[in-house]
Amino acid sequence: MDMITMPLSGGILIGVSSSIVLFGLGRIAGVSGVFATSFLANPKLAEKWKYFFIAGLLLGGLIMKTISPQLFEYNFIGSIPLTIVAGLLVGFGTRLGSGCTSGHGVCGLPRKSARSIVATVTFIIFGIITVYLKGLV
Amino acid sequence: MKNLIGLISGIVFGIGLVISRMINPNKVEGFLDIFRDWDYSLAFVMGGAVLVNLILFKVILNKKPVLEDKHSLPTKFKVDKKLISGSALFGIGWGLVGICPGPGIVNLVTLNYNAVVFIVSMVVGMVIYKGAVKS
Repeated sequence: MDMITMPLSGGILIGVSSSIVLFGLGRIAGVSGVFATSFLANPKLAEKWKYFFIAGLLLGGLIMKTISPQLFEYNFIGSIPLTIVAGLLVGFGTRLGSGCTSGHGVCGLPRKSARSIVATVTFIIFGIITVYLKGLV
Repeated sequence: MKNLIGLISGIVFGIGLVISRMINPNKVEGFLDIFRDWDYSLAFVMGGAVLVNLILFKVILNKKPVLEDKHSLPTKFKVDKKLISGSALFGIGWGLVGICPGPGIVNLVTLNYNAVVFIVSMVVGMVIYKGAVKS
């Protein structure tokens, strides 16, 4: 059950959330874009709802950590140097590629955006290759 | 009101990321490990979200947004080198530690050292991009 029910219900919530953003604000709920264009932008130009969205992500995490701390029982992968490299790649790559799993995947695929389909296939393939190569080392 | 929508959708998104297990780097690694011991479960996260949006987006895009005059959708339509190379770099980073931006931010609530280092590095990566583009 846990292989389908939990991921599916979580996925539905993520879908509903991004639909709320599009319905209310007419915007794409892409986390990398929302984050970069708020916290890393000129505060005078940044739209305030973006700060609230990021705060909401943290609040949602805190709520779940309080209700079901067992969902947070896992270990992180990789050494600190590897984590730094990964973070740099994710930060730089999502800006260069105009989006991440949420913007291109969750929001772009349903819009049948050619750019998002190519982006999603690309990052999944490179993720698969990376995990495969990691297993050989 | 816009801020409230931002907050509520952020909370729902964050809860979704936790419940779906997207925040667990081992689940992500298992999902990407298709040649060994494939854990297909996370396919249902993207599947569920895309399915919901396939239905709702269609209805939503027919009318103007509640709090804005029009939808602000991406204005680029061309598949270019930047899109592909950026997505490839992101995919490599994602595969290395099993964290993408949303789950990375949610994982800050664990106060785990790796989670904090990841987000700080991600911010640096974004700043480097900004600098590289401007110059």
